[in-house]
Amino acid sequence: MSKLIYLDNAATTAVHPEVVAEMLPYFTEFYGNPSSIYSFAGKSRQAVDASRKIIAGALGCSEKEIYFTAGGSESDNWAIKSIAESYRSKGNHIITSKIEHHAVLHTCEYLAKNGYEVTYLDVDGDGRVRPEDVEASIRPETILITIMFANNEIGTIEPIREIGRIAKEHNVLFHTDAVQAVGQVPIDVKEYNIDMLSASSHKLKGPKGIGFLYVRNGIKLTSFIHGGGQERKKRAGTENVPGIAGFGKAMEIALETMEVRAEYETELRDHLIERVLAEIPHTKLNGHRTDRLPNNANFSFEFVEGESVLIMLDMQGICGSSGSACTSGSLDPSHVLLAIGLPHEKAHGSLRLTLSDETTREDIDTTVDALKVLIERLRNMSPLYEDFIKNNSK
Amino acid sequence: MYTEKVMEHFNHPRNVGEIENPSGIGTVGNAKCGDIMRMYLDIDESGVIQDVKFKTFGCGAAVATSSMATELIKGKTVQEALRVTNKAVLEALDGLPAQKVHCSLLAEEAIHAALWDYAEKKGIIIEGLVKPKSDIHEGEVEEEA
Repeated sequence: MSKLIYLDNAATTAVHPEVVAEMLPYFTEFYGNPSSIYSFAGKSRQAVDASRKIIAGALGCSEKEIYFTAGGSESDNWAIKSIAESYRSKGNHIITSKIEHHAVLHTCEYLAKNGYEVTYLDVDGDGRVRPEDVEASIRPETILITIMFANNEIGTIEPIREIGRIAKEHNVLFHTDAVQAVGQVPIDVKEYNIDMLSASSHKLKGPKGIGFLYVRNGIKLTSFIHGGGQERKKRAGTENVPGIAGFGKAMEIALETMEVRAEYETELRDHLIERVLAEIPHTKLNGHRTDRLPNNANFSFEFVEGESVLIMLDMQGICGSSGSACTSGSLDPSHVLLAIGLPHEKAHGSLRLTLSDETTREDIDTTVDALKVLIERLRNMSPLYEDFIKNNSK
Repeated sequence: MYTEKVMEHFNHPRNVGEIENPSGIGTVGNAKCGDIMRMYLDIDESGVIQDVKFKTFGCGAAVATSSMATELIKGKTVQEALRVTNKAVLEALDGLPAQKVHCSLLAEEAIHAALWDYAEKKGIIIEGLVKPKSDIHEGEVEEEA
């Protein structure tokens, strides 16, 4: 098989070699527990502190506002459940959108079963939440607005600045799941009035199993794991020192390279989008054409099913993902694609390709060439396509 | 996740296509679930399936089960074809992942739907054949938020 063309960087990324190098000493050399007194363990403490400093600097917040977690899902769970519990006396209403990650949606559904009320906002055809809808949904008992920074499937970037302003004006807390956005686009939590933000390391060339939750100073935060005094007594358990060190390094690299990378990936992404739309008929781009993550392209190919597309791409060493039901293990296709108004059969025929700065133009061209052939092959096998052709020739 | 047999049938599906003026045609499944199977039968005067073709919109398992089902009924009598169950298709493919077993049901239903159409056209009753329950709702895709 020819070389692997990895176009699923929204699922996870390869760890950067410099990140691995940064992590390695904390396994065998400086393996001390950061909480220990002796100077040897000080190396571990320093690694944790240094990483926290880099991350705080990246977001424009204080180090005391960063809590390390095991990843994005934990951060989302913690943020939402904590606000629900701490602010229960103020109210029981949460505002979110229909296109959130399941870590947010299922947490909200859990709370809804326990006496909370949740408003799931519709999005427009490009997957954007309308800020005026957010404002109109605010009630006296609203305690939290949680809207993602950028969507993981279709890449659309949400109007976070406007939502942050509205939240502040109405004195409602604002959490954003920024798992896909951190390291990809500039984020300043103060400028955007973000009260809480979730992030995950493995989306930006860091290791898996480490993330953080930013919590603005002054917000009542409940302890997520009870035990020792780690993470300001809010998240007990010995720190994942290699993971934290790696995350810090990954963030540092992401910040340094962000501008150049965004420009490079945007150009490649646009090349991919333009070629696919021009050369494969009956194809639609999902998500906003320009207000989208630099590395994300998401298409719907009419008359074909996504898993079949993925298998055929895989046979040529190309990795992508789909919102089809068959890839989700349920009968329904992606809730995001349904929320932007796609009918079921178009949602089943979706393909997400997410690039990295290691993706080459040749990779993109190879992928489009492969897609052209395999989509045609699948359409020739599809009864939906047969019906379409017959109806059009009448 | 798929067996070699499934992958082989997915990559080289047998009997893909259409039959003009078929003895029977059946379409089952729906776009909502992401699986639609259409089967064409050419049945001779003695009730033997001379030719069979299929078209499928669906995942790897749906394509492979369609392909295998056509192989299992080609050259068989109507009664023999009726006895080709989803279990037989599954076994012939060396199994499917648990969440994909419903695809093999679709193959069985597609055979039954095509046979039902054949019986209706001929004005005969095929012993043991009941009207297939699932059928395509063409052009009518349920909108659901």
